[in-house]
Amino acid sequence: MTALVALLALPLAGALAAVVLPHGAVRGMVPALSVAMLAATAVLVAGLSAQAPTRLKLGQWPPPVGIVLEVDGLAAALIAMTALVMTAAALAALRSEQPAAAGARAAFGFWPLMLLLWAALNAVFVSRDLFNLYVGLELLSLASVGLVAIGGKPEALAAAMRYMLFALVGSLLYLAGVVLVYAAHGTLDIGLLADRTPAKPDALALALMTAGLMAKTALFPFHVWLPPAHGSAPAPASAMLSALVPKASFVILLRLWFEAMPDRAQDGALVLLAVLGTAAVIWGSLRALLQTRLKLVVAYSTVAQIGYLFLVFPLAGGGSAEMPWSAGAWTGVLFLALAHGLAKAAMFLAVGQWMAVTGSDRLDAMRGLATAMPMTSFAFALAAVTLVGLPPSGGFTGKYLLMTSAFAAGQWMWALVLAGGGLLAAAYLYRPLAILFARADAPGPATLPTRGMQAIPLCLAGAAIALGIASETPFELLSIGRPAAAEDGS
Amino acid sequence: MTWALDATLCAMILAVALATVLGRGVFRAIVFFVVYGLLLALAWVRLDAVDVALAEAAIGAGLTGVLFLAAFGRLARSGADAEPPPGRVNIAAALASAALTGALVWAWVALPLPGRPGPELAEALPRAGVENPVTAVLLNFRAWDTLLESVVLLAALVGLWMLARDEAWTEPLGLPQHVRPGGVMASFGRILPPVGVLVGAYVVYVGADRPGGAFQGGTVLAAVGIVAALAGLVRPPRVTRRAWRAALVAGPAVFLAAGLGGAALGAGFLTLPERIAGSAIFAIEIALALSIAVTLAFLVIGPPETGLEDQ
Repeated sequence: MTALVALLALPLAGALAAVVLPHGAVRGMVPALSVAMLAATAVLVAGLSAQAPTRLKLGQWPPPVGIVLEVDGLAAALIAMTALVMTAAALAALRSEQPAAAGARAAFGFWPLMLLLWAALNAVFVSRDLFNLYVGLELLSLASVGLVAIGGKPEALAAAMRYMLFALVGSLLYLAGVVLVYAAHGTLDIGLLADRTPAKPDALALALMTAGLMAKTALFPFHVWLPPAHGSAPAPASAMLSALVPKASFVILLRLWFEAMPDRAQDGALVLLAVLGTAAVIWGSLRALLQTRLKLVVAYSTVAQIGYLFLVFPLAGGGSAEMPWSAGAWTGVLFLALAHGLAKAAMFLAVGQWMAVTGSDRLDAMRGLATAMPMTSFAFALAAVTLVGLPPSGGFTGKYLLMTSAFAAGQWMWALVLAGGGLLAAAYLYRPLAILFARADAPGPATLPTRGMQAIPLCLAGAAIALGIASETPFELLSIGRPAAAEDGS
Repeated sequence: MTWALDATLCAMILAVALATVLGRGVFRAIVFFVVYGLLLALAWVRLDAVDVALAEAAIGAGLTGVLFLAAFGRLARSGADAEPPPGRVNIAAALASAALTGALVWAWVALPLPGRPGPELAEALPRAGVENPVTAVLLNFRAWDTLLESVVLLAALVGLWMLARDEAWTEPLGLPQHVRPGGVMASFGRILPPVGVLVGAYVVYVGADRPGGAFQGGTVLAAVGIVAALAGLVRPPRVTRRAWRAALVAGPAVFLAAGLGGAALGAGFLTLPERIAGSAIFAIEIALALSIAVTLAFLVIGPPETGLEDQ
């Protein structure tokens, strides 16, 4: 319980302090805060008993009057992934976002926005209240837009503006759905809503909320804001935005479709979500193949990888909910989400280091960098292994679970999407890898990041691999408090 | 009689909304938008939601209107104010809006008439420490929402400051204002602030028992600051001034400290023990009002600028 309060309050307090304190003090505070967050995460995960998720009634008011927070396996796993990615991004930013390198404006703004983003992510992962989730999403979106705008160039501002318009439309659609739910049932609590008497506007409310969250998750065809935004933010910000932010709105989608209103999960709607996911995998991968800037390759890869997550809906929802394969699909998709987060953050941090030495993220500027920066290049390669879905990575475990589930369900077309998407990922990641490991035409860059800096992306990519090797612990964690709709049917 | 009043109000809201969207000219659209906000505020009053009406009038019509006018003036100065050709309607946007409106109308018909809030709220209210149920919900029952909302404002401001040019970072906020001495703006700027401060402080103060509170009062106080800045009476501070930054975070900081204090006392995070709930909420409201006022005023005044562009 204390760990949960710390995970919510520490980043908030840190953000407030980062607004007031002088820059040197903020730089001193950030590593200490990251260590405290990692420790609180460890306590939280360790304290999660196998059966019951941790619940916290804020203000001791029971719903529908008050707000309930709950840490289940899904929330704990995402909180842990967030803590790892945020710590890595913060360590990278301590170097790149200092006044001498990035200017006083960026050096001031990065830290409050990053810590507010951290607080918002944790708040969304544990919230059980539809309106509280809306407030969390607002904080998340505004902090994210600010982090894109930090780039400062005209294209960064244009990308931030487009991102904000999409995020605001998404918020309004989600809020309209929440209003309908409250008008019909007089409660916003997910647990109470699960036991509600169904009302006529429930389907419309679910559709509105889903449409809004799709825009925020950047699901095809609402993905157009993502590549320019993630491509023009500073590299540590891109790492956080790509690895973590789409996961938050995706978690709310899971809460809605599997916990609050599983009775409204019509098969047609579930298949539509997965079809849009399939389109995202194909379109994102093809666009990634065509990019000439490495950051955009990595950003379009996020569009594709988000597509996989939506395969969970037909495989674990609706008519599949009672079936034995639903648990595998649920856990498999969460494995993919975790592995993608770690690997994608590693990639953006690696690209950031290359941009720092070459001054550009054009693919042809990266030629032969593997000789000069072997650790960073190895990290990129390991992250690619995870994104393609090769063993022994976490990406492989996730795809394996999903494929088994798809075959068991007789829905083999989703298995084709997983296999085809893996091949496409291999294709679009081969190009940067081939250029990185090619023989250099010119002597390597004069100043290189230290070994310690190069180790940061390597640790993240290694964690994505470790997720596959030691898959039993995360597997058990993810099964804690799994919704009834995705329970083993045996 | 009241029926006729409500019907007229509804018709006017719809007409003004249409005029905002379809009318020609950005300036006219802004004026209609402000009128629309004021009519909406009246509608909230008719619905007995005076707290919402105050917020709508102050933020929806007031501050947003000022922002739009400032943006309009800036577009005109930079020569980017070309009007779109008349008569062109964005078909896709129109269809999407019409579909959404139709769906919401259907839901409104399908929904049962809203009842009073459930018995749980009536049971909880006497233990909330304040009499105004809106304040009880905002600062006690759903304090976590309000704490996050107050931080959302801060995120918006820091994000806005990121739009500044690097070379302007150490300049004062916003463009320097030049006002004709003895003109309307100058005299308005001298008369309004004392009245506004009084009204704002009063609205914050009565929030515990009657409509009002930190958000509504803070907005009025923000308006005072904006008017004083527009009239050239005060020069907005620089981003680097630490005292002003402390004012931005005071509200959320006091709120968070109160929440953690509850946890430290063993009552639980964001739990206000019944005995001290009233005074704790009052303290939080005052700190929040200060932060909201400064944040909103800075949001409208804009990021630091060199002021060379408008020469």
